[in-house]
Amino acid sequence: MRDVAVIGIGLTNFGEMWDTSFRELCVEAGVKAIEDAGLDGEQIDEMFVGNMSGGRFVLQEHIGALIADYAGLATNHIPSTRTEAACASGGLAFRQAVTCVASGMQDVVIAAGVEKMTDVSGGETTDALAGAADREWEGIYGVTFPSLYAMMARDYIHKYGLTREQLAQVAVKNHFNGARNPIAQFRKEITLDVVKNSTLVADPLRLMDCSPVSDGASAVIVCPLERAHEFTDTPVKVLASTQATDTISLHDRRDISTIDATIAAGNRAFKMAGLERKDIDLVEVHDCFTIAEICAIEDLGFCKKGEAGKLTEEGYTALDGKLPVNTSGGLKACGHPVGATGIKQVCEIVQQLRGDAGKRQVNGAEIGMTQNVGGTGATVVTHIFGRT
Amino acid sequence: MSVPRFWRKQPQRYNLIGTKCETCGTHYFPPRTLCPKCRREGKIVEHKFKGTGKVVTFSIIRTTSEEYDIQTPFPVAIIELDEGTRMTAPVVCDINEIHIGMPVKSTFRKIVSDGPSGTIVYGTKFVPA
Repeated sequence: MRDVAVIGIGLTNFGEMWDTSFRELCVEAGVKAIEDAGLDGEQIDEMFVGNMSGGRFVLQEHIGALIADYAGLATNHIPSTRTEAACASGGLAFRQAVTCVASGMQDVVIAAGVEKMTDVSGGETTDALAGAADREWEGIYGVTFPSLYAMMARDYIHKYGLTREQLAQVAVKNHFNGARNPIAQFRKEITLDVVKNSTLVADPLRLMDCSPVSDGASAVIVCPLERAHEFTDTPVKVLASTQATDTISLHDRRDISTIDATIAAGNRAFKMAGLERKDIDLVEVHDCFTIAEICAIEDLGFCKKGEAGKLTEEGYTALDGKLPVNTSGGLKACGHPVGATGIKQVCEIVQQLRGDAGKRQVNGAEIGMTQNVGGTGATVVTHIFGRT
Repeated sequence: MSVPRFWRKQPQRYNLIGTKCETCGTHYFPPRTLCPKCRREGKIVEHKFKGTGKVVTFSIIRTTSEEYDIQTPFPVAIIELDEGTRMTAPVVCDINEIHIGMPVKSTFRKIVSDGPSGTIVYGTKFVPA
């Protein structure tokens, strides 16, 4: 297999983008990535588009061809494929692009992620997202995503004694980081009291424990590492690309508050990269809810089960901490356009490793990791990146 | 949920009928047609559950999609049935009463209706035992 490098990234603003359409968002991110890599569109060999639910949110299917067309690449007849794994659709698109280049099948491949969630009502959004769990045996009872993660949180609190303050601190930290990210949906710091006094959505999770409904797109260009310097002085090497699955229903998991697919994908990633946990300088994890970040830190092996709440409270995962987590603001503050999230995480790590992260720059960042979760953990995609 | 999709699982939803693998003895609800442990070596047969179990974890749903909105706030839980499998279901009780470890038993209830003229979905909910 060939080594693969990221040579370009592109992001739209994340948020309620009422005046921009689905296809416009995706093309904007793609064009930015192409410009960032100093490429011409004609040099793109293949395209992958991560999208969870175009069919529900904008009533559009056939996303691969749609984006290739609006990117002006349809007349080149390049292969373009949509990838779907709920909220891990973007991470999966990136993994497909990496696999495609690593295999030697193609040289220059673009992976994009896009979601336009604000064209439909809140109720329709909730229902569409419920499709990431088992529709017949979870969704049918009115079970929502916040309530599934709330059941994980309840189980976790029961077993490990996590405090309300520790959980809220995840949101406070991520809003602090988001306030320093120019594309973030919420560029505003918040206090513990704001989280603790926000409306209950699904006990024990409150509104400010939840990532928002967002529009946005992200794109990344990869090529063989040996060709990367043709395009950029600062390529970022892909050290590991892994994916794992688990049961679609939360009730079938071995342990309700542990995401075994994260453990599996993480272990595979560290093995593939030949690295240890202490080698990681920063990580972007899938904090769709505050409890998800707590579980991710533990399931990736950065601390023992039950310790992440205390570490978060002590500032271990803060921007200036020992292991900065979600420097982009995470899904919580940066926003969570579901199909775009996995690739946004990659863009954040690439910016950090290039030293381009501005006010949220982690000093001396050399190795970064991403963890992208579909559903309540039925799919997990992890990647590790290194400065070249 | 579309009529055929609901209708074909009516016996299971109404009567808490799941499956059991006779090779390894594992019970499944929701029913499975392939045993994940034994795969093709497995022998799947129907099994009617007793309907008693306990709450493993729960949440109180305050916001949900439109058709369930009228029911909010309502408790939903992961229930461990006495035979050993787990399922997700609403619990009919005071929202302050539900707790981890609470003994529950199954009951036949309306789940949701598809507008004033659409299908009415019935199925299993749980009540304190």
